[in-house]
Amino acid sequence: MRFLILVIFVFMQLHAFSTTIIVGQQKAVKSIKKGIELAKDGDTVKVMPGVYKEGSIIVKKSITLIGIHFPVIDGESKVENMLISGRQISISGFHFINSKHSSYIDYSAINIIDATKINISNNKITDAHFAIHVSNSTHCTIDRNSITGHATITQSAGNGIHIWKSANILVTNNSITGHRDGIYFEFVTHSDIRNNKSINNIRYGLHFMFSHYNHYAYNLFKNNGAGVAVMYTHHVSMENNIFTQNWGASSYGILLKDITDSKIINNQFLSNTTGILMEGCNRIDVKRNSFNHNGWAMKVQANCENNVISTNNFKNNTFDIATNGTSVMSSFDHNYWDKYEGYDLNKDGIGDVAYHPVSLYSMVIEKNPSALFLLRSFLVTLLDKVEKTMPAITPVELVDKKPTMKPFQL
Amino acid sequence: MIKLSKYVLYNILKSKIIIAYTLFLFIVATGLFQMEANSSKAILSLLNIILIVLPLVSLIFTTIHYYNSYEFIELMLSQPLSRKRVLLSEFSGVCFSLVMAFCIGVGIPVLLFATDVSIGISLILIGIFLSIIFTSFAFYTSVNARDKARGIGTALLLWFYFTLIYDGIILLILFTFSDYPLENFTLVMAALNPIDLGRIFIMLKMDSSAMMGYTGALFKDFFGSSSGMAFTFGCMILWAAVPLLLALRKFRKKDL
Repeated sequence: MRFLILVIFVFMQLHAFSTTIIVGQQKAVKSIKKGIELAKDGDTVKVMPGVYKEGSIIVKKSITLIGIHFPVIDGESKVENMLISGRQISISGFHFINSKHSSYIDYSAINIIDATKINISNNKITDAHFAIHVSNSTHCTIDRNSITGHATITQSAGNGIHIWKSANILVTNNSITGHRDGIYFEFVTHSDIRNNKSINNIRYGLHFMFSHYNHYAYNLFKNNGAGVAVMYTHHVSMENNIFTQNWGASSYGILLKDITDSKIINNQFLSNTTGILMEGCNRIDVKRNSFNHNGWAMKVQANCENNVISTNNFKNNTFDIATNGTSVMSSFDHNYWDKYEGYDLNKDGIGDVAYHPVSLYSMVIEKNPSALFLLRSFLVTLLDKVEKTMPAITPVELVDKKPTMKPFQL
Repeated sequence: MIKLSKYVLYNILKSKIIIAYTLFLFIVATGLFQMEANSSKAILSLLNIILIVLPLVSLIFTTIHYYNSYEFIELMLSQPLSRKRVLLSEFSGVCFSLVMAFCIGVGIPVLLFATDVSIGISLILIGIFLSIIFTSFAFYTSVNARDKARGIGTALLLWFYFTLIYDGIILLILFTFSDYPLENFTLVMAALNPIDLGRIFIMLKMDSSAMMGYTGALFKDFFGSSSGMAFTFGCMILWAAVPLLLALRKFRKKDL
């Protein structure tokens, strides 16, 4: 009983200490800086609507900053709007504009350094160089932010959400457009990236390197300059994402370079010039994905080993699989290919004849890109048919021995 | 002239070959759409038919028709009619019947079943153009050759040339000179074969994703723009008009 009273007492004390400071142009406290100065750890600072031009706002106390109806924090193109360092800081409901741009220093609208348990949610960030820049931090949440940039050239543009050397970061429900890379990770581990929309960025929709044990799910990557590129990483899982309309000679739905022990499951690749490009990848499971209307559904370079490509649907792609050599060390069994022309005598749903997904002409184009212009001509169709019957140039081992007759329900 | 064309048309209809051709196209097109689960695969097969069968039928049918109605033409020429008019009405009669056969045989199923209307319409447009172009070719070759076997032989050779040999030569050139930038060269080469021109026109719509890479982007920029489309159709019209004009010139001075 005594203990209980003590606990209640302590809670009441805590409650009594946590106060709310209201900042507004018509209130006693007129600037956000002043509000933060008055606040103690655990306090809440509510900011009324208005435009606040206060230079760089530095938050180092464990406080909650809440914007009411999106008060504008204007950096006047001179400073970073907000610098956050510390623990248990929450920022929500602000509109950040006119952050400083530079071509050699990574200025950002919200800069988080050496912090932990930071929550950045429901903010709008317009025309920033880097929108949200996180470095050397852990356990941060970046949720429901809407980030819009107007980058035109790669050299002077910054990334939407840029995270460096951090761990346990949650990036959810954000939308990022018009930056260099939508989401950029370097040395970020054990993080979760969900439900984000990365559209119309000038370089990559998603770009990460050396970022192990991360999980990407339900994201949309659409119409980015060079699609999505991920490199030098192991233990990544990508599920239920949509990669679409990434068009260009070096643009990929997803480019995998030196990725190992990873999973690519249940994703959709729609209308990309190349759906997946795999280079130096080992032990990746590519399963239950749907490849539709791509130029090349997959390009698997000869230096990939022990990957399993199975239970995927390949429909309406100009070419299903392309490769650059004759050695094949990955498995392509048990997929649905709409170009499959075999039969199924015992009616078990599995075609009785093996399917060779690499067409002769895709090899020809790999060597001589100009030859693309003869695609679908009578001559090329004839050559392809001959090659299918007697493979001479295409890799004989790249074969689906158990192609299904009907598409998988994905 | 219209009256004369009408007689030519009646004559063609009486032979029932054109009706069989219409039916053949209709059954193949409907069959393809019914058999394939997704309509774009059916369109792909139809494309092959349009690029291969259509020119062949147009060439052979026109050539045979010309030689069969040789006596009719002679009879007409004994009347006070200009040679130009007689040949033009023959041409328009044959052309009209072939285009109608195509429109009914392929056009109706495509419009009924194709999910992507823009591909369907470009397919029909290209089919119509190819019918006209190869009819005009056939007129030129048959006006030139008095001997029927020679006329049909030339027509077949033309077909072989445009569907197979030409592409083979280009492939050879592309590989022999692969160290050189050949992009603009391929643009020119495409314009020099009506079948290639039509194929690229449809491919830009059907394989748009693949066309965004490498050389494809160049093609898309050129042929995909409105001036490129004008270029395509301009070339097509030239391909139809030039052999016909040559045939008319030859026919005017020919010793029948």
